[in-house]
Amino acid sequence: MIALGIGIAFGWCLERAGLGNARKLAGQFYLTDLTVFKVMFSAIVTAMLGAFWLTRLGVLDLHNVYIPETYLLPQLAGGLLFGTGFVAAGLCPGTSCVAAASGRGDGAMVVLGMFAGVLVTGLAFAPLRALYESTARGPLTLPQLLRVPYGVIVFAVVAMALAMFAGAERWERRA
Amino acid sequence: MKPYSDPYLAGTGLGLVLLASYVFAGRGLGASGAFTSVAAAVADSPVFHKSEWLLLEIAGVVIGGFLSALVAGRLQFAVERGPRMARASRLATAFGGGAVMGLGAVLARGCTSGLALTGGALLSVGSWLFMIAAFAGAYALAPLLRRAWR
Repeated sequence: MIALGIGIAFGWCLERAGLGNARKLAGQFYLTDLTVFKVMFSAIVTAMLGAFWLTRLGVLDLHNVYIPETYLLPQLAGGLLFGTGFVAAGLCPGTSCVAAASGRGDGAMVVLGMFAGVLVTGLAFAPLRALYESTARGPLTLPQLLRVPYGVIVFAVVAMALAMFAGAERWERRA
Repeated sequence: MKPYSDPYLAGTGLGLVLLASYVFAGRGLGASGAFTSVAAAVADSPVFHKSEWLLLEIAGVVIGGFLSALVAGRLQFAVERGPRMARASRLATAFGGGAVMGLGAVLARGCTSGLALTGGALLSVGSWLFMIAAFAGAYALAPLLRRAWR
Protein backbone atom coordinates (compact mmCIF):
# COMPACT_ATOMS: atom_id res chain seq x y z
CA MET A 1 0.00 0.00 0.00
CA ILE A 2 2.91 2.31 0.78
CA ALA A 3 4.36 1.54 -2.65
CA LEU A 4 1.09 2.39 -4.40
CA GLY A 5 0.64 5.62 -2.41
CA ILE A 6 4.19 6.77 -3.05
CA GLY A 7 3.80 5.96 -6.74
CA ILE A 8 0.57 7.97 -7.00
CA ALA A 9 2.23 10.98 -5.36
CA PHE A 10 5.29 10.57 -7.61
CA GLY A 11 3.19 10.42 -10.80
CA TRP A 12 1.09 13.36 -9.61
CA CYS A 13 4.18 15.56 -9.04
CA LEU A 14 5.68 14.66 -12.43
CA GLU A 15 2.45 15.52 -14.25
CA ARG A 16 1.97 18.78 -12.29
CA ALA A 17 5.46 19.88 -13.30
CA GLY A 18 4.71 19.27 -16.97
CA LEU A 19 7.08 16.33 -17.22
CA GLY A 20 4.46 14.17 -18.92
CA ASN A 21 5.00 16.29 -22.03
CA ALA A 22 7.93 15.27 -24.25
CA ARG A 23 8.18 18.71 -25.91
CA LYS A 24 8.68 20.33 -22.53
CA LEU A 25 11.38 17.81 -21.57
CA ALA A 26 13.15 18.19 -24.90
CA GLY A 27 13.33 21.95 -24.25
CA GLN A 28 15.91 21.19 -21.59
CA PHE A 29 18.32 19.90 -24.25
CA TYR A 30 17.89 22.96 -26.47
CA LEU A 31 17.98 25.29 -23.46
CA THR A 32 14.57 26.76 -24.25
CA ASP A 33 12.83 25.37 -21.14
CA LEU A 34 14.86 24.41 -18.07
CA THR A 35 11.97 22.77 -16.17
CA VAL A 36 13.65 19.34 -16.07
CA PHE A 37 16.72 20.75 -14.38
CA LYS A 38 14.73 22.89 -11.93
CA VAL A 39 12.39 20.07 -10.89
CA MET A 40 15.17 17.51 -10.59
CA PHE A 41 17.47 19.66 -8.51
CA SER A 42 14.80 21.10 -6.24
CA ALA A 43 13.72 17.49 -5.58
CA ILE A 44 17.28 16.34 -4.91
CA VAL A 45 18.00 19.30 -2.61
CA THR A 46 14.73 18.79 -0.69
CA ALA A 47 15.21 15.04 -0.18
CA MET A 48 18.92 15.48 0.58
CA LEU A 49 18.28 18.15 3.25
CA GLY A 50 15.42 16.09 4.65
CA ALA A 51 17.53 12.94 4.89
CA PHE A 52 20.41 14.89 6.45
CA TRP A 53 18.31 16.62 9.13
CA LEU A 54 16.16 13.60 9.93
CA THR A 55 19.39 11.64 10.47
CA ARG A 56 20.74 14.41 12.70
CA LEU A 57 17.51 14.38 14.73
CA GLY A 58 17.68 10.61 15.06
CA VAL A 59 14.40 10.05 13.17
CA LEU A 60 16.02 8.32 10.19
CA ASP A 61 18.84 5.77 10.19
CA LEU A 62 20.51 5.77 6.77
CA HIS A 63 21.73 2.23 7.41
CA ASN A 64 18.11 1.20 6.85
CA VAL A 65 17.86 3.01 3.52
CA TYR A 66 19.08 1.36 0.33
CA ILE A 67 21.82 3.49 -1.24
CA PRO A 68 22.28 2.79 -4.98
CA GLU A 69 25.61 1.02 -5.42
CA THR A 70 28.39 2.44 -7.51
CA TYR A 71 29.80 0.66 -10.60
CA LEU A 72 31.98 3.26 -12.29
CA LEU A 73 32.31 2.03 -15.89
CA PRO A 74 28.81 0.59 -16.33
CA GLN A 75 27.26 3.77 -14.94
CA LEU A 76 29.43 5.99 -17.11
CA ALA A 77 28.68 3.97 -20.28
CA GLY A 78 25.06 3.30 -19.30
CA GLY A 79 24.56 6.99 -18.48
CA LEU A 80 25.92 8.15 -21.85
CA LEU A 81 23.68 5.69 -23.71
CA PHE A 82 20.71 6.54 -21.52
CA GLY A 83 21.18 10.24 -22.29
CA THR A 84 21.17 9.70 -26.06
CA GLY A 85 17.99 7.63 -25.72
CA PHE A 86 16.49 10.31 -23.47
CA VAL A 87 16.87 13.14 -26.00
CA ALA A 88 15.53 10.95 -28.84
CA ALA A 89 12.56 9.78 -26.76
CA GLY A 90 11.94 13.14 -25.08
CA LEU A 91 10.89 11.20 -22.00
CA CYS A 92 12.61 9.04 -19.39
CA PRO A 93 11.20 5.76 -18.05
CA GLY A 94 9.15 7.35 -15.24
CA THR A 95 7.84 10.29 -17.26
CA SER A 96 6.98 8.00 -20.20
CA CYS A 97 4.49 6.23 -17.91
CA VAL A 98 2.94 9.61 -17.00
CA ALA A 99 2.82 10.67 -20.67
CA ALA A 100 1.14 7.38 -21.63
CA ALA A 101 -1.31 7.69 -18.71
CA SER A 102 -2.37 11.15 -19.88
CA GLY A 103 -3.10 9.86 -23.39
CA ARG A 104 0.12 10.64 -25.25
CA GLY A 105 0.85 8.11 -28.00
CA ASP A 106 4.55 8.97 -28.00
CA GLY A 107 4.64 8.14 -24.27
CA ALA A 108 3.16 4.71 -24.95
CA MET A 109 5.78 4.11 -27.66
CA VAL A 110 8.60 5.04 -25.25
CA VAL A 111 7.16 2.58 -22.71
CA LEU A 112 7.11 -0.17 -25.38
CA GLY A 113 10.61 0.72 -26.63
CA MET A 114 11.98 0.78 -23.10
CA PHE A 115 10.51 -2.66 -22.45
CA ALA A 116 11.93 -4.01 -25.72
CA GLY A 117 15.36 -2.56 -24.88
CA VAL A 118 15.37 -4.06 -21.39
CA LEU A 119 14.20 -7.43 -22.71
CA VAL A 120 16.76 -7.66 -25.52
CA THR A 121 19.62 -6.47 -23.29
CA GLY A 122 18.69 -9.00 -20.63
CA LEU A 123 18.46 -11.87 -23.11
CA ALA A 124 21.72 -10.94 -24.88
CA PHE A 125 23.49 -10.26 -21.60
CA ALA A 126 26.50 -12.64 -21.89
CA PRO A 127 28.83 -10.26 -23.81
CA LEU A 128 27.93 -7.40 -21.46
CA ARG A 129 28.53 -9.26 -18.23
CA ALA A 130 32.23 -8.35 -17.86
CA LEU A 131 31.48 -4.63 -18.22
CA TYR A 132 28.34 -4.89 -16.05
CA GLU A 133 30.26 -6.37 -13.13
CA SER A 134 33.42 -4.27 -13.45
CA THR A 135 34.62 -1.40 -11.25
CA ALA A 136 32.28 -2.15 -8.33
CA ARG A 137 32.63 0.29 -5.45
CA GLY A 138 29.66 -0.73 -3.27
CA PRO A 139 27.40 1.88 -1.66
CA LEU A 140 30.08 4.57 -1.92
CA THR A 141 29.02 8.15 -1.18
CA LEU A 142 30.59 11.51 -2.06
CA PRO A 143 31.51 12.29 1.60
CA GLN A 144 33.36 8.93 1.78
CA LEU A 145 35.06 9.41 -1.59
CA LEU A 146 36.22 12.95 -0.86
CA ARG A 147 36.80 12.32 2.87
CA VAL A 148 34.75 15.38 3.73
CA PRO A 149 32.00 15.51 6.41
CA TYR A 150 28.44 14.73 5.25
CA GLY A 151 27.23 18.25 6.16
CA VAL A 152 29.91 19.94 4.06
CA ILE A 153 28.85 18.07 0.91
CA VAL A 154 25.19 18.82 1.64
CA PHE A 155 26.05 22.52 1.97
CA ALA A 156 28.09 22.43 -1.25
CA VAL A 157 25.27 20.78 -3.23
CA VAL A 158 22.74 23.33 -1.92
CA ALA A 159 25.07 26.22 -2.81
CA MET A 160 25.69 24.78 -6.29
CA ALA A 161 21.96 24.22 -6.88
CA LEU A 162 21.04 27.76 -5.77
CA ALA A 163 23.71 29.25 -8.04
CA MET A 164 22.44 27.14 -10.95
CA PHE A 165 18.79 28.10 -10.25
CA ALA A 166 19.79 31.76 -10.36
CA GLY A 167 21.66 31.14 -13.62
CA ALA A 168 18.67 29.25 -15.07
CA GLU A 169 16.27 32.11 -14.25
CA ARG A 170 18.56 34.67 -15.81
CA TRP A 171 18.99 32.51 -18.91
CA GLU A 172 15.24 31.98 -19.39
CA ARG A 173 14.52 35.69 -19.01
CA ARG A 174 17.06 36.46 -21.70
CA ALA A 175 15.90 33.70 -24.08
CA MET B 1 -6.20 23.20 -19.83
CA LYS B 2 -4.57 24.67 -16.74
CA PRO B 3 -0.95 25.83 -16.82
CA TYR B 4 1.68 23.60 -15.21
CA SER B 5 2.79 24.19 -11.61
CA ASP B 6 5.82 26.21 -10.68
CA PRO B 7 8.82 23.88 -11.27
CA TYR B 8 10.39 24.63 -7.88
CA LEU B 9 7.11 23.89 -6.10
CA ALA B 10 6.57 20.64 -8.03
CA GLY B 11 10.23 19.71 -7.47
CA THR B 12 9.97 20.33 -3.72
CA GLY B 13 6.84 18.18 -3.63
CA LEU B 14 8.68 15.46 -5.52
CA GLY B 15 11.57 15.72 -3.03
CA LEU B 16 9.15 15.28 -0.11
CA VAL B 17 7.69 12.17 -1.79
CA LEU B 18 11.22 10.82 -2.20
CA LEU B 19 11.99 11.58 1.45
CA ALA B 20 8.78 9.85 2.56
CA SER B 21 9.89 6.83 0.55
CA TYR B 22 13.27 6.71 2.38
CA VAL B 23 11.53 6.99 5.75
CA PHE B 24 8.55 4.67 5.26
CA ALA B 25 9.89 2.17 2.71
CA GLY B 26 13.64 2.24 3.32
CA ARG B 27 14.27 2.91 -0.35
CA GLY B 28 13.80 5.60 -2.96
CA LEU B 29 11.73 5.79 -6.13
CA GLY B 30 12.16 3.73 -9.29
CA ALA B 31 10.95 3.29 -12.84
CA SER B 32 13.31 1.18 -14.96
CA GLY B 33 13.25 -1.50 -12.23
CA ALA B 34 9.54 -1.94 -12.89
CA PHE B 35 10.38 -2.72 -16.54
CA THR B 36 12.96 -5.38 -15.54
CA SER B 37 10.35 -6.68 -13.12
CA VAL B 38 7.83 -7.20 -15.91
CA ALA B 39 10.62 -8.72 -18.03
CA ALA B 40 11.30 -11.21 -15.22
CA ALA B 41 7.74 -12.48 -15.63
CA VAL B 42 8.22 -13.34 -19.31
CA ALA B 43 11.90 -14.29 -19.60
CA ASP B 44 14.99 -15.36 -17.66
CA SER B 45 18.10 -13.24 -17.30
CA PRO B 46 20.56 -12.49 -14.50
CA VAL B 47 19.51 -8.81 -14.74
CA PHE B 48 15.76 -9.43 -14.42
CA HIS B 49 14.51 -9.25 -10.84
CA LYS B 50 10.90 -9.38 -9.82
CA SER B 51 9.97 -6.62 -7.40
CA GLU B 52 6.38 -6.33 -6.24
CA TRP B 53 7.22 -3.01 -4.59
CA LEU B 54 8.32 -1.47 -7.90
CA LEU B 55 5.36 -2.91 -9.82
CA LEU B 56 2.93 -1.40 -7.32
CA GLU B 57 4.82 1.89 -7.29
CA ILE B 58 4.78 2.20 -11.10
CA ALA B 59 1.05 1.34 -11.12
CA GLY B 60 0.74 4.27 -8.71
CA VAL B 61 2.73 6.53 -11.06
CA VAL B 62 0.28 5.72 -13.88
CA ILE B 63 -2.73 6.40 -11.61
CA GLY B 64 -1.22 9.60 -10.16
CA GLY B 65 -0.22 10.91 -13.59
CA PHE B 66 -3.69 10.15 -14.94
CA LEU B 67 -5.49 11.82 -12.01
CA SER B 68 -3.33 14.93 -12.14
CA ALA B 69 -3.88 15.28 -15.90
CA LEU B 70 -7.62 14.67 -15.44
CA VAL B 71 -8.00 17.34 -12.73
CA ALA B 72 -5.98 19.86 -14.75
CA GLY B 73 -7.81 19.13 -18.01
CA ARG B 74 -4.62 17.88 -19.65
CA LEU B 75 -5.93 14.44 -20.55
CA GLN B 76 -5.58 14.33 -24.32
CA PHE B 77 -5.02 11.73 -27.02
CA ALA B 78 -2.12 13.29 -28.89
CA VAL B 79 1.42 12.71 -30.08
CA GLU B 80 3.83 15.33 -28.76
CA ARG B 81 6.39 16.20 -31.43
CA GLY B 82 8.45 18.99 -32.91
CA PRO B 83 6.79 21.27 -35.51
CA ARG B 84 8.70 19.68 -38.41
CA MET B 85 8.35 16.07 -37.30
CA ALA B 86 5.87 13.67 -38.92
CA ARG B 87 3.71 11.63 -36.59
CA ALA B 88 5.09 8.26 -37.74
CA SER B 89 8.73 9.39 -37.40
CA ARG B 90 7.99 10.71 -33.92
CA LEU B 91 6.52 7.37 -32.86
CA ALA B 92 9.57 5.60 -34.32
CA THR B 93 12.09 7.82 -32.48
CA ALA B 94 10.05 7.40 -29.30
CA PHE B 95 10.36 3.62 -29.61
CA GLY B 96 14.04 3.73 -30.58
CA GLY B 97 14.93 6.20 -27.83
CA GLY B 98 13.07 4.06 -25.33
CA ALA B 99 15.00 0.96 -26.43
CA VAL B 100 18.39 2.70 -26.07
CA MET B 101 17.34 3.95 -22.62
CA GLY B 102 16.44 0.36 -21.74
CA LEU B 103 19.95 -0.78 -22.64
CA GLY B 104 21.53 2.11 -20.71
CA ALA B 105 19.36 1.59 -17.64
CA VAL B 106 20.17 -2.14 -17.48
CA LEU B 107 23.91 -1.44 -17.76
CA ALA B 108 23.80 1.36 -15.16
CA ARG B 109 21.39 -0.51 -12.84
CA GLY B 110 18.85 2.29 -12.82
CA CYS B 111 17.44 5.37 -14.49
CA THR B 112 16.57 8.98 -13.76
CA SER B 113 14.33 7.89 -10.87
CA GLY B 114 16.08 4.98 -9.17
CA LEU B 115 19.63 6.16 -9.79
CA ALA B 116 19.74 9.93 -10.42
CA LEU B 117 17.01 11.17 -8.04
CA THR B 118 17.11 8.49 -5.35
CA GLY B 119 20.89 8.14 -5.15
CA GLY B 120 21.57 11.78 -6.00
CA ALA B 121 19.89 12.93 -2.79
CA LEU B 122 21.74 10.20 -0.84
CA LEU B 123 25.01 11.42 -2.40
CA SER B 124 25.84 8.10 -4.07
CA VAL B 125 28.92 8.45 -6.27
CA GLY B 126 27.50 6.22 -9.02
CA SER B 127 24.28 8.23 -9.09
CA TRP B 128 26.09 11.51 -9.69
CA LEU B 129 28.32 9.87 -12.29
CA PHE B 130 25.24 8.49 -14.08
CA MET B 131 23.47 11.86 -13.94
CA ILE B 132 26.42 13.76 -15.41
CA ALA B 133 26.98 11.08 -18.08
CA ALA B 134 23.27 11.08 -19.04
CA PHE B 135 23.14 14.86 -19.47
CA ALA B 136 26.44 14.74 -21.41
CA GLY B 137 25.05 12.03 -23.73
CA ALA B 138 21.82 13.97 -24.26
CA TYR B 139 23.53 17.30 -25.00
CA ALA B 140 26.01 15.55 -27.33
CA LEU B 141 23.22 14.09 -29.48
CA ALA B 142 20.77 17.02 -29.24
CA PRO B 143 22.23 19.09 -32.14
CA LEU B 144 21.84 16.11 -34.49
CA LEU B 145 18.20 15.70 -33.47
CA ARG B 146 17.34 19.37 -33.86
CA ARG B 147 14.94 18.62 -36.72
CA ALA B 148 12.96 16.35 -34.42
CA TRP B 149 12.21 18.99 -31.79
CA ARG B 150 12.79 22.52 -33.03
